[in-house]
Amino acid sequence: MAKEIERAGIPAVHVCTIVPISKTVGANRIVPAIAIPHPLGDPTRTPDKEKALRRKLVEKALEALQTGIDGQTVFGD
Amino acid sequence: MGTKTRVVHYLNQFFGQVGGEDKARTEPFGKVGPVGPGALFQQLLGEEAEIVGTVVCGDDYFSEHPELAAETVLALIQGFEPDLVLAGPAFNAGRYGVACGTVCGLVADALNIPAVTGMFRENPGVDLYRRSITIVETAATALGMREAAERMARIGLKLAGSIPLGPPAEEGVLPRGIRRNYFAAETGAVRAVSMLLRKLKGEPFTTEYPLPAFDRVAPLPPIEDMTAATVALITSGGIVPKGNPDHIESSSASRYGRYDIGSLDALSPRSHETAHGGYDPTYVNADPHRVLPLDVMRDLEREGIIGKLYPYYYATVGNGTAVASAKGFAQEIAKDLIRDGVQAVIISST
Repeated sequence: MAKEIERAGIPAVHVCTIVPISKTVGANRIVPAIAIPHPLGDPTRTPDKEKALRRKLVEKALEALQTGIDGQTVFGD
Repeated sequence: MGTKTRVVHYLNQFFGQVGGEDKARTEPFGKVGPVGPGALFQQLLGEEAEIVGTVVCGDDYFSEHPELAAETVLALIQGFEPDLVLAGPAFNAGRYGVACGTVCGLVADALNIPAVTGMFRENPGVDLYRRSITIVETAATALGMREAAERMARIGLKLAGSIPLGPPAEEGVLPRGIRRNYFAAETGAVRAVSMLLRKLKGEPFTTEYPLPAFDRVAPLPPIEDMTAATVALITSGGIVPKGNPDHIESSSASRYGRYDIGSLDALSPRSHETAHGGYDPTYVNADPHRVLPLDVMRDLEREGIIGKLYPYYYATVGNGTAVASAKGFAQEIAKDLIRDGVQAVIISST
């Protein structure tokens, strides 16, 4: 989906747990997530800490959208 | 040889009879003899081979700890001293396919013995591994178990006996891109012209040199000013308003939904849930933000870090969903987004 949205002309970032699959399907900007059943959260943390973690991931996604790239790029830690 | 070929079978938690998505974090373990579909495989392998052990690992565990899982699974496999490893079949299960591909690749490299798996052609494991390992082509679902097992058993016995495989289309395996020389009855010129004549008549023909299909989109330039940009959220994690009003299927989705969040600051277990049938829904049903980060997006909007959050989000279920379907969904969604002036998109996947 990320690839098709970009093909249509809107930059898209893919926040996902299984990075190799995202690469295979052709997303250009990829942010690795936490875990399959909770990519943007972590139930072992307190609600505040969990939200802070989520915010960090979303900020990373925004950073990816504001970064110029030549090809598929994984924006890890 | 006289002795039976020793076979080890790799399975996920589901086929390994541990349980469903709630057991997807099962750590790798070994069991003597066949488990689940292993009984069918044993029957098909016949007297020539014996499934001496089965190694089981949860799909989430394998995806989330790829290196550790691979190392542990490999050690467990090695403990059974196999001559051949069978993995899956994974059909169209993405995590399982990637795990089977990884296991087969490792077995071939580290143990130097043949390994065979089976996948549906759209399984993401196919693109990752089809050049390096032998993958039998299977149906999309476990309805195709018998045919898949027959192929895997036949190919496995051939490889274990060092019998060379024929062309992929004849063997029922996915092409690895290996080219073998052979003497053709006609010269290349004759073959090319007869192929051209068939093409001109509109008859079917088979190319001798399939061109690789690289479907890539060049990255777009970055967003210059995020503080002025309208950002939209899309998810393949199946977050839908409670009750799933559009009846998005839990797997092999044929549709997506567009949902109004214009007046919402947050999601709750009362307002939203997941329709996705491919992961344990416990955590996300307790807090849907774990897949769709509306709370954080609202904060960022309020703080002026992004210009505006698009007042709708889009959701589908990315569980065995055909690539062609996902492509179609995204093309339609993109039309909405362009019409409404959205400049950036965040897609979240489980």
